[in-house]
Amino acid sequence: MIAALVAVDVTTYGWVTALKVGVVLALIPAGALILGYVFLMKMMSHMQSRLGPMEAGPHGVLQLVFDGIKFLQKEDIFPDRSDRRVFALAPLVVMLSTFLLYIVIPAGPRLVVEDLDTGIFFALAVSSLSVIGILMAGWSSANKFSLMGGLRAAGQLIAYELPLVLAVVGVVIQAGTLSLQGIVGAQAAFDMSFFGLFTIPSIGYFIPQFFGFIIFMIAVQAELTQTPFDMPVAESELVAGFMTEYTGFRFLFFFMGEFGTAFAFGALASTLFLGGWYIPFGFHDGLLGDLQGVIVLFTKIMIVSFFVFWVRFTYPRFREDQLQTFAWKWLIPLSLLNILATAVFKVVF
Amino acid sequence: MTVTEHQQSTYIAGQAADARIRFELETEGMTLNLGPQHPATHGTLRIVVRLDGEQVVWADPVCGYMHRGYEKLVEVRKYQQITTLVNRIDWLGHFANEVPFILAVEDLYGVEAPPRAQWIRTIFFEMARIANLGLFLGDMGVQLGALTPVFFAFRDREHVLNLMESATGGRFHPNFDRVGGLKEDLPKGWVDECRTVMKRQRDFCDEMEELLVGNEIFQKRTRGIGVIPRQIGLDYGLSGANIRASGVDWDLRRDSPSPLAWKEVDWKVWTHPDGDAFARYWVRLQEVREATKIVDQLLDGLPSGPIMAKMPARLRVPRGEAWVSTENPLGEMGYYVVSDGGPGGPFRCKIRTPSFNNIHIVPWLLKGVYVPDIITILASLYFILGDIDR
Amino acid sequence: MPAKPQVPGLLKGLGVTFRTMMRPAVTVQYPHVKETPAPRARGVIALKEENCTVCMLCARECPDWCIYIEGHNDLAPPRREGGKPRRSPKLDRFDIDFSLCMYCGICVEVCPFDALFWSPEFEYSEMDIGDLLHEKRRLGEWMTTVPEPPALEAGAEVKKGKK
Repeated sequence: MIAALVAVDVTTYGWVTALKVGVVLALIPAGALILGYVFLMKMMSHMQSRLGPMEAGPHGVLQLVFDGIKFLQKEDIFPDRSDRRVFALAPLVVMLSTFLLYIVIPAGPRLVVEDLDTGIFFALAVSSLSVIGILMAGWSSANKFSLMGGLRAAGQLIAYELPLVLAVVGVVIQAGTLSLQGIVGAQAAFDMSFFGLFTIPSIGYFIPQFFGFIIFMIAVQAELTQTPFDMPVAESELVAGFMTEYTGFRFLFFFMGEFGTAFAFGALASTLFLGGWYIPFGFHDGLLGDLQGVIVLFTKIMIVSFFVFWVRFTYPRFREDQLQTFAWKWLIPLSLLNILATAVFKVVF
Repeated sequence: MTVTEHQQSTYIAGQAADARIRFELETEGMTLNLGPQHPATHGTLRIVVRLDGEQVVWADPVCGYMHRGYEKLVEVRKYQQITTLVNRIDWLGHFANEVPFILAVEDLYGVEAPPRAQWIRTIFFEMARIANLGLFLGDMGVQLGALTPVFFAFRDREHVLNLMESATGGRFHPNFDRVGGLKEDLPKGWVDECRTVMKRQRDFCDEMEELLVGNEIFQKRTRGIGVIPRQIGLDYGLSGANIRASGVDWDLRRDSPSPLAWKEVDWKVWTHPDGDAFARYWVRLQEVREATKIVDQLLDGLPSGPIMAKMPARLRVPRGEAWVSTENPLGEMGYYVVSDGGPGGPFRCKIRTPSFNNIHIVPWLLKGVYVPDIITILASLYFILGDIDR
Repeated sequence: MPAKPQVPGLLKGLGVTFRTMMRPAVTVQYPHVKETPAPRARGVIALKEENCTVCMLCARECPDWCIYIEGHNDLAPPRREGGKPRRSPKLDRFDIDFSLCMYCGICVEVCPFDALFWSPEFEYSEMDIGDLLHEKRRLGEWMTTVPEPPALEAGAEVKKGKK
């Protein structure tokens, strides 16, 4: 039998796809665990002058793993008057949106599940699937608090989709392509020269697209429903918002979805603005290049997530109408201005 | 007069009819129960709100889930035992609950505690204020969504509690005040440690100011929310920082005669003209700072002498009534002690707690606000359930 | 109409959390590291049996009625020849139910014979709530943990013969 397996051509499409799907499926909980441990458990604790988990494993590294096991062995509870099928499907829809996001993110010169020509467009489109999942969760829970959380989430996520997309348009104009590998390549080839005095090679778009970067990060914060935009999961008001009635592994799906999406959006931000898996010095080719790419991308994700979570733990939350005002009256006009400026600069210089 | 069964059932039917009419007339909207178990209410408070979308149509607080029957309990206990129980009414401002009761009994008995005891009582009273309001500064952050300030509040409150423990033996419930003075004197080194802790509290206030007060999001969430006009506040009987934030310059420490040592030190009453949630937060922040200054001055001028007046072993309070109220961290707390001259405890003791009166403004205040603002307003009024329900 | 958020206020808040992150945490890892409470801390009550005269004052004054005392009177020989035999009280049972005790300290305070003391020990939790009833022997064992009363602050009145 082993001979039969070895004889199989590993480069056939089926096997490669299965491998890619397996990698992504393993990556979502891994990314969620790493982000959850480093930022949610340790960074948050140290910012609050305490130590965080220390018992499970050295310095508590295994805490989330054991938490996951704890969640898996819990009773699967459905509220009495809930819509069972919708209630069960909602976490899966959220996970689906997370899973689809990982498909287009490049981690190295050859490491991408599918380098679509409409890469970033596809990514932004599928990230808004999670809104449906959240609405399903809020509605089917037969709980007024969950319903309120779901409705707030719908309003907020849809409102902040626009600045998210518009901030990216600037990058796309400058790169000239929608494909994410193409954007990384464009940043690699982008040398910024300061009036001919000195040139900084390929540092990414975050200096020319600085305002786009800021708007994108704010919109990402809102898309991940993190404070200051965490009205849907306003802990001290709605207990847990749309997730109130979920226990056990369904809650685990929401949790992994949230942190997996955070990991994915961190990767997107790094790819679009920070240069992705490319660093200008000492980049090798081949397998070493892939490995380097993974490590570089991982570092950039950690840096971006640091800022996301730093803001999360410091600020109080916006009220729903203030949140919407901020999106519609400030972020969208600013991002439109950003597009205009980028287009002008692109044509002139 | 006994209530007959017929009267009882008519009463119940009338209440039910009222409820049905109220429910049937309002055909839209959602009745939400911010139930007894809820992260936002400071304990087991239930608020029934009727929402229209995200706006409140009417709100009805239902308290009593934590009623422990204090006024009945004190009828069957002796004076020293009551001090123990009364600690637990406002559990965050521990020592401050004992003081008005002890002062009322001293009034009835006709004894005055020696000056050293009065000064140390004032120091502990102000430390109770720092412990209580220090937690409020962080707690308001949590209600608004900022997770970190409350950890800083707990961390810096630990120092005050450790001081209380080294002096009295109990962190939360000191049980230290006695009729005629205090139980025992301070341990060696306490004064210096207290000064260090007060400096720490001032640093904590500065941290809160940077973290929350200066934060634009916090200001947007609290400015203009839950405005209590001056006259409405006075009509509803608000007290403490709630009314001082509406511009009323009234503080029982300065305005009412008290044997405690506030008149010996130089301090200021803070008011704010706005009357909104931000004003209440700001006034309490300044009060904590002022309390640290008061304690420092008291420590400098602490007189020496006995800690307890000459008292007999068995206390027998003559017949009479006395009312004493003080400016507790939450507001005005008062005890009305009635003694019938017997060997046991008081015949009756009425406890006037500040939060019970403060919460009565909630239905008026919550009309027309958004749901997140409900939480902001409740947090800024700052009541403690033990104080409401006793 | 919300004003445009000013950056300085928001940035200062970020600075506070960043600074706190850089400093060491203040929490103590309890089972591995233990903090010692103050000497006056009310942890557990210790009984010095020789001093007890079964006057029952502590049991009477306890607000929770959690002290259970039983005693009897023995007869001791008279002090002088031909006098009445003296009564000598003996303590049979002295239990404090710590599941009821609210650590107020009234019993320690009212004891006229200095038989009860406070000790800062607090690690006596049990799996069975009945085990929280400490009998005479166990209360006597706590006496080894009772600290010396701390010296008083400057300015305090020093009473002669005070315990």
